[in-house]
Amino acid sequence: MAYNLKEIVANKPPIFVSGHRMCAGCGAPVVARMIMRALREGDHAVVSNATGCMEVSTCIYPYNSWDCSYIHTAFECAAATCSGAEAAYKALKRKGKIQEDEHTKFITFGGDGGTYDIGLQSLSGAMERGHDMTYVCYDNGAYMNTGIQRSSATPKFADTTTSPAGEVIPGKMQVRKDLTQIMASHHLPYVAQTAAMANFKDLYEKSEKAIYTEGPTFLNVFSPCPRGWGYPTDELMKINKLAVDTCYWPLYEVVDGKYKITYKPAKKLPIEEFLRPQRRFKHMFKAGNEWMIEEFQKEVDKRWEELLRLEGLSE
Amino acid sequence: MTATSSNGLALMWEMIQIASSLRLPIVMPLVNRAISGPLNIHCDHSDAMAIRDSGWIMLFSENNQEAYDNLLMAHRIGEHEDVMLPVTVCQDGFITSHSIENIELLEDDVAKKFVGEYTPKHYLLNSKEPISVGPMDLQAYLFEHKYQEANAMRNAKNVILEVSKDFEKLTGRTYSLFEKYKLEDAEIAIVCMNSTAGTTKVVVDELRNKGIKAGLLKIRVYRPFPAEEIAKALSNVKAIAVLDRADSLNACGGALFTDVTSGMFVNNSYIPTVNYIYGIGGRDTTAKDIEGVYNDLIEIVKTGKVDNPYRYFGLKNRS
Repeated sequence: MAYNLKEIVANKPPIFVSGHRMCAGCGAPVVARMIMRALREGDHAVVSNATGCMEVSTCIYPYNSWDCSYIHTAFECAAATCSGAEAAYKALKRKGKIQEDEHTKFITFGGDGGTYDIGLQSLSGAMERGHDMTYVCYDNGAYMNTGIQRSSATPKFADTTTSPAGEVIPGKMQVRKDLTQIMASHHLPYVAQTAAMANFKDLYEKSEKAIYTEGPTFLNVFSPCPRGWGYPTDELMKINKLAVDTCYWPLYEVVDGKYKITYKPAKKLPIEEFLRPQRRFKHMFKAGNEWMIEEFQKEVDKRWEELLRLEGLSE
Repeated sequence: MTATSSNGLALMWEMIQIASSLRLPIVMPLVNRAISGPLNIHCDHSDAMAIRDSGWIMLFSENNQEAYDNLLMAHRIGEHEDVMLPVTVCQDGFITSHSIENIELLEDDVAKKFVGEYTPKHYLLNSKEPISVGPMDLQAYLFEHKYQEANAMRNAKNVILEVSKDFEKLTGRTYSLFEKYKLEDAEIAIVCMNSTAGTTKVVVDELRNKGIKAGLLKIRVYRPFPAEEIAKALSNVKAIAVLDRADSLNACGGALFTDVTSGMFVNNSYIPTVNYIYGIGGRDTTAKDIEGVYNDLIEIVKTGKVDNPYRYFGLKNRS
């Protein structure tokens, strides 16, 4: 796939346009804009959005930031809504009510609350039914829109309003769910985990593949939240990079069941590098809490090694 | 189109509101069965009553012929540009949904022609006119959008009557907002919905044979609620019983009772009216039960008094 990313950013219509009300330093609009840029010129998009930060900040009547068709129904059913629209599109094409040469792509955006937790059943169903759609989870690791409540995507030890770190508990007490693996277990044609890192090459290429692979596809995209995580707004890209370089958020794809890690850090950084800049992990650096960092590192290592093993098996 | 019943509907309560507010003319048969808990599955109207003020047009059907006919008309009603609201067609779970009845069907081409094509002005899949459906709608606009929805429900009444007339021309079967059965000269009347109306008609005939002026008002269109028309149709009776197949658990009476009595009140009609909760969880409703209600009404006419308007029949014990 030959392309010039600079040209794409400069010339391709963004579809997700400016004027939205998401926070400075938030990962989600950066991710949404780049994913939508992967749409081929001339193609139309129907975007379905779960309730969450992105929905309440990008489509407030009578304004919107989506230069495409857009639908929001509820928190738990963005995937079901998208799958219904896709089924209607197919039916209308069959009946000749939509021109054969018209191409509409169906893309869903949901946060981790609307994907890992509340929308999991709807997502699993839509994927299993084989709809030609792409589901994008922008994972910021908690219910940020409602005030930073823990979700099943929140990492262990993170301080949230419903897992407050203090004398009684050390922040969230459970490890995070691995949704990308759950989606891989649906045996979809394309599943990938990505982040807006460096020049966005990984994110752009995976978006293009996800949108243009026929059938149900899934992208899990790392999406930092300055309010929930507690980092300065200008450090978004630094947080993205540290997540990938510590192997907290590995970049990989599963194509027809075959695992491929798309970025292996030349030097895997210790997890402290990722944890230290974030307020939600501040308590882990207090004297006596070293065990938390050790345990966090062990979990990251375990999952990274498992991924390496899966990649090895795919060769 | 979709179809549901009981807890399947309850699970989707959130979507019920969203579907109507997005002005999607969905047609949905609703086979009325009890809402848990505890789990029951048999007929009552607690599922329908739980969505009665959700912006859905609600048609009730005495038997399978009516369920079939209402379903054909529902598309035309919901998709009318003055309406654009979802429509649910109710019928009694098991009592009619699982019974075998001979009904008259339309030929496919005739039915298709009557239903027509759905041609919305604006729709999500129109790539030439990208729109946003279901945006965040805050203090500045939601009120106005809800008012539009309320107006659509007001408009629905005339559209239902128009579509019913067209259907009558096609099939000879007459439908209106409600059915009046021997109500013109009635002194005592029952108001009810769905299959109980069939049982009530048998009892009315028996009582008429004995010279008792009994009548029935069977609700077909429950939402929009034809309050004024109902008040007028009941204005000459001396006592009324409203039968609710769902208890509102509000210590003052069932939903249909509240609707009928408030409709009468605002239309300056003050007639002694009682409410009966009955048939909960599929409890059988017999002709004898209905006869008991008419006997109570005769007593009310005699004394002119209603000591307890919130009553039950078919209940085994009251401890």
